[in-house]
Amino acid sequence: MRFCIIILIFLFSTNISAAESNSGPMPRHEWSFNGITGTFDKAALQRGFKVYQEVCAGCHSMKLLYYRDLLDIGFSKAEVKVIASEYTVLDGPNDEGEMYERDARPADRFVSPYLNDNEARLSNNGAYPPDLSVITKARKYGEDYIYNLLLGYEEPPEGMEVGDGMYYNKWVGGNQISMPEPIYDESVDYDDGTDNSAKQITKDVVTFLKWAAEPELEVRKNLGIKVILFFLVLGTVIYLAKNRLWREID
Amino acid sequence: MSGNSKHRKYKNPFLNWIEFRLPIISYLEREYGEYPMPKNCNYFWSFGALATITLVVMILSGIFLAMNYTPHTDMAFDSVERIMRDVNFGWLLRYIHSNGAAFFFIIVYIHILRGMYYGSYKYPRELNWILGVFIYLLMMASAFMGYVLPWGQMSYWGATVITNLFSAIPVIGEGLKIWLLGDYTVGNATLNRFFALHYVLPFVILGVVGLHVAAVHVHGSNNPAGIDIKSKNDTVRFFPYMIMKDALATCVFGVLISAVIFFGPNLMAEVDNYIPADPLVTPAHIVPNWYLAPFYAILRAIPDKLGGVVLMFGSIVILFVLPWLDRSNVRSCNFRPIYKWFVMLFFVNFFILGYVGMLPAEGLYLLIARIGLVYYFGFFLIITPFIHLVETPKSLPMGISDVYLGAGEKKPILTSQKEII
Repeated sequence: MRFCIIILIFLFSTNISAAESNSGPMPRHEWSFNGITGTFDKAALQRGFKVYQEVCAGCHSMKLLYYRDLLDIGFSKAEVKVIASEYTVLDGPNDEGEMYERDARPADRFVSPYLNDNEARLSNNGAYPPDLSVITKARKYGEDYIYNLLLGYEEPPEGMEVGDGMYYNKWVGGNQISMPEPIYDESVDYDDGTDNSAKQITKDVVTFLKWAAEPELEVRKNLGIKVILFFLVLGTVIYLAKNRLWREID
Repeated sequence: MSGNSKHRKYKNPFLNWIEFRLPIISYLEREYGEYPMPKNCNYFWSFGALATITLVVMILSGIFLAMNYTPHTDMAFDSVERIMRDVNFGWLLRYIHSNGAAFFFIIVYIHILRGMYYGSYKYPRELNWILGVFIYLLMMASAFMGYVLPWGQMSYWGATVITNLFSAIPVIGEGLKIWLLGDYTVGNATLNRFFALHYVLPFVILGVVGLHVAAVHVHGSNNPAGIDIKSKNDTVRFFPYMIMKDALATCVFGVLISAVIFFGPNLMAEVDNYIPADPLVTPAHIVPNWYLAPFYAILRAIPDKLGGVVLMFGSIVILFVLPWLDRSNVRSCNFRPIYKWFVMLFFVNFFILGYVGMLPAEGLYLLIARIGLVYYFGFFLIITPFIHLVETPKSLPMGISDVYLGAGEKKPILTSQKEII
């Protein structure tokens, strides 16, 4: 009896939690990296990196990545060198005890847009633009959330006061975000002639962010299939042997 | 010459040489070769072996992780991510370790519930049960401290909430908390000592597991019928019969854990723990790992801080005395028509407690947590000690062999009450 009541309450409570989200359920999207054999589309990753450079990198750091990591998404060594050299890092002290600036090298981490968190806050109305290195792992619904958020800018519903320097966003908690709408149709020019609608740009940059957060994804899934096959084959052999063995027992 | 015959026990002279000086070969033979297992044991009896394997995997993966980890508040988060990115197969090590912890708890929970359902804690295995509860306690401590090491938001705030509990203790509480933290708040000193303890506790667990296994081997394993072994015909040798079943269980477990490690490695992780710890930003909901959530639910169900802490620790301490709370002489719930359902409800209740432990403690969730709390203690303090007064156990089968052949039900014998004592 009590069991039934608890189960009822249990079912009821899941309904309540579903009703709490005021923007409806999080829409899911098709991603090339989904599924058991999912992989990254290298062209999309390179486009996504371009979007990051031109749109996000103005405010958001990616401190956990090195320029050499870009070799993984299909850039050649020479290209990576060129990409890195566009940034300046503070190095030193040199033999004279002085700090000096030099061009970044492939072995350097991605250069952050701000010197430190305080400068980042000061330049952004007190809000801290989060580091994007593992952002898809650091948000519920991961890539789907980031995608929806980037395209979730709308006019606020009637009666809602949006704070000073804040923007209405359908998907962010509390529906107010400090980041202005970053992506518009044709806001990034693609070298390879891919359609640069806002949706496509967003898709590419989110793919890039997913790769940044889980660069091991392809290797992981590939190895996973082999490991599971190993256990299945070994398990079948053991199952047959066990049955043969236990037949003698009575 | 007697010594001479001892010398030639085995064909291999090297084994004889060892055996004569340290009789470890015959020990292994006796405990892991000939060791008699009741032949009616089902696959629930493989979870002990699975837990042991998982413990070894956890220790090995942990050692390699420790080689690459830096226990410093400024570097811990980055060093973990460095393991994921730049250490060869570091992502595999870390995902094995983090998901292994969750699966370790799943296995141990099933192992504990197995023991509760089939009455494995009863005479003569009480000490075995107590050692098991010790292992469980040590596991919880290790898991909690391990969760702090990546130094994400949930690490930091989880550590803050849990260590704050100690300050609820009257008089010494505040001092105790500072002594545990090594500082006034969770900080570098805390991270350092948690790392040290997280490294050493698993070896303590390994030692207690040794005692746990040695203790069960004294009187032999319990079985689904909960009756004693009476003849050699009731048992099979551990090797190869039980080993084969354990190996099969390991393969099935391997498939399940691999599916998570390789295809959903962060399913059981809190997303907030991929945000570096920030003492100035409190996460909206501070949630423990799911495997500790039932106790967190109990803690928050009580409006009074000290009361919550007392009940939370009480809910674990009460496990120690379970062998003496249960007054029934029948071990297995297969033969206890009423208690059986209360035990199953206890499992469901524990699961529900865990579920609400992960949700904010307000409104309906709080109410559910309180009902769950009442049942948790009601089960141990009222149902378990007194149910035998109203329950008539089914008659126990004559012997394990009969159960194994499926004839047990047809041959009712009187032994139900005298059997065990």
